[in-house]
Amino acid sequence: MKTILLEIKTSLLVTLIFAVLLCGAYPLAVWAGAQAIFPAQANGSLVSDKDGTVRGSLLLAQNFASDKYFQPRPSAAGTGYDATSSSGTNLGPTSQKLSDSIKAAVAAYRTSNGLAADAVVPADAVTSSGSGLDPHISLTNAGLQAARVAKARGISVAQVQALITQTGRARDWGVFGEPSVNVLQLNLVLDQAYAAK
Amino acid sequence: MNNPNSWFQFALYVGALLLVTKPLGLYLLQVLDPKGKTWLDPVVRPIERLTYRICGIDPAKEQNWIGYTVAMLLFSLVSLLFTYFILRYQDHLPLNPQNFPGLSPHLAFNTAASFTTNTNWQSYGGESTMSYFSQMVALTIHNFMSAAVGIAIAAALVRGIARQTAQTIGNFWADTVRVTYYLLVPVSFVFALFLVSQGIIQNFKPYTVAKTYEPYTVQVPKTDDKGQPVLAADGKTPVLVDQVVDTQTIVQGPMASQIAIKMLGTNGGGYANANAAHPFENPTALSNFLQMLSIFAIPSALTFYLGRMVKNPRHGWAVWGAMFALFVAGTLVCWQAEARGNPIHQKLGVAAADGNMEGKEVRFGIFNSALFATITTDASCGAVNAMHDSFTPIGGLVPLFNIQTGEVIFGGVGAGLYGMLIFVILAVFIAGLMVGRTPEYLGKKIQAYDVKLVMLVLIVLSATILGGTAWASISDWGQAGLNNSGPHGFSEILYAYSSAVGNNGSAFAGLTANPADGNPHWDTTLGIAMLIGRFLMIIPILALAGNLASKKLVPASAGTFKVEGLTFVVLLVGTVVLVGALTFLPALAMGPVVEHYLMGAGTLF
Repeated sequence: MKTILLEIKTSLLVTLIFAVLLCGAYPLAVWAGAQAIFPAQANGSLVSDKDGTVRGSLLLAQNFASDKYFQPRPSAAGTGYDATSSSGTNLGPTSQKLSDSIKAAVAAYRTSNGLAADAVVPADAVTSSGSGLDPHISLTNAGLQAARVAKARGISVAQVQALITQTGRARDWGVFGEPSVNVLQLNLVLDQAYAAK
Repeated sequence: MNNPNSWFQFALYVGALLLVTKPLGLYLLQVLDPKGKTWLDPVVRPIERLTYRICGIDPAKEQNWIGYTVAMLLFSLVSLLFTYFILRYQDHLPLNPQNFPGLSPHLAFNTAASFTTNTNWQSYGGESTMSYFSQMVALTIHNFMSAAVGIAIAAALVRGIARQTAQTIGNFWADTVRVTYYLLVPVSFVFALFLVSQGIIQNFKPYTVAKTYEPYTVQVPKTDDKGQPVLAADGKTPVLVDQVVDTQTIVQGPMASQIAIKMLGTNGGGYANANAAHPFENPTALSNFLQMLSIFAIPSALTFYLGRMVKNPRHGWAVWGAMFALFVAGTLVCWQAEARGNPIHQKLGVAAADGNMEGKEVRFGIFNSALFATITTDASCGAVNAMHDSFTPIGGLVPLFNIQTGEVIFGGVGAGLYGMLIFVILAVFIAGLMVGRTPEYLGKKIQAYDVKLVMLVLIVLSATILGGTAWASISDWGQAGLNNSGPHGFSEILYAYSSAVGNNGSAFAGLTANPADGNPHWDTTLGIAMLIGRFLMIIPILALAGNLASKKLVPASAGTFKVEGLTFVVLLVGTVVLVGALTFLPALAMGPVVEHYLMGAGTLF
């Protein structure tokens, strides 16, 4: 019995010391280091206007629906692109609901981008990401949207393609991950280069 | 699969894993020896000594297995209560800028059990439930402690195997403190800073409200003054109203410090609901690569520790080899299934070459999602960078089966090694039966008592998984939580109990374990399953450690079964797969296997 009481006391003390060191000192040290060396990343990679208004984060998808902008992947986060409730659809491969939503998304994608009724559509354009906040689309997906964006802005497809190439991200270190393009970044570059009509 | 770049990434991963195994193993040898010397001694030794003095710990005084177990259990209980009460009353505690309320009793119990047992199953959505204080204190403390305890138990078992006619297996407090101070904290600190450089946040600001570029309108259910949904005249369909969305609320908080230890300690409990799929938690393919590496680093190094401690390095590498073979097999099957994609969706016009992208992120793609899913379930990590619920049936079967093997394929920190040693003893026992002599393991006779303990572990764990699944499957509360119907719904239940008992924490996350109507069944049964999965495994293992330590060594003879080399690796892999297959094949047949054929036939639910 005496041992047990002693061990309970030790447990309490170790828990408290760990709380101070691991839950106080450690995150504060990371915080200090992060804010000193990588302040932009540590605060959410935010995008702001010249007057300081925050317009979003480079890492988080936000909704773009009009023709003049590249559109992100469908989102299952909250009512869509809700950064406080990140989520995928979590619908399985034999889900009727998932099949229906993909069918609708395929049709919509073909119509808005002027594709043939039997055109093959990039998978990332019609499926929801795991987080619902995936900021990227594939280069194929961006390429298929280029004509629509060019038409809405009254510029040539080649001009839009050039921006995709310029903004597109290769694999990290040429090896890791998949090539992609950040939708928000691409749209910002577009607005900068060619003001919308 | 025909993309050479993916194969190259796989090769790099394996190469990096091999590269860290020996140096980290050598470091562990020093850390797990109270008299060990490390290059961090000048900084850490004074803090370690101070901790011992305040807590009244004598690191040189070793414990027998009962003493070790009692200390471990009491420490777990005290820290579980610590977390439970912080979560219940987070609204009265500091660092709660979003003013989140305290958690309900069953959700707080589920979460406290989940983090204490290194499961880190999330019944809650982190960014919409937990204050910064809860994340940083109540949850992060267990990310360190449950990992340190796991490594301590593994070390105790290895000591039991290595020693002869000994009464003690180490000092629980010294092991836990040293692992935390010398290994987990320093590596996490460096790793966290690297993760920030990739884009993970680390601040204490309230959430940022951004004014988005294109406001749009969504339809949401109309609610009355009391927050109840308003129903149409038929009394069923909710009335929808338009809502203009012109802002996006961006999550903030101390994320990087938590994510580093979440991966390194194979915890897996994310800061945000979407876990490592969330761009803040895993911003780039590079951060993804290192997160995957950090899951396997310590478990892999522990096999090296085993080899050195039992003075048979080739045995350590044989165990590593068996784990590696199972890991590669799982990765290839999962990758192949996901790359092939879903024929139902491909008929609708989705590009077949893109594979199954539902629930996956573009920056990771098919290969890195399949690899991550295999790694996180081989280990008892449970972090996810893609939604397993939306994997193809065979792609989802791999993580499920990995968990059901007991997570011994590298496994959780510590837990993977002691789990695998259970199978090693079983394999030696089977080999002994085949040649008709008393089985020996590294010079120790394996007798009825040892095999009974091994079987106790295996039977209790599988009975809990299958029993829980059966109960939930036929109950209203069980079915109410499902997001999918048909065989996939059953898979969600099977996955939930496998994950809880296996202390994994990943999920077929469509399952709602914390329903809005407050039904506590899911939270409570899963919480209990986690406690069973952790402690009814550890207690027999410590008993085994104590018993092995007390045995005499018998000299090797011509008939001694060698626990190194290819024969042993094959036998060990066979034992793991057979025990897993025999126990769970019927249940798997009703879930992912039948769904695979139904998907081929185009059946929808």
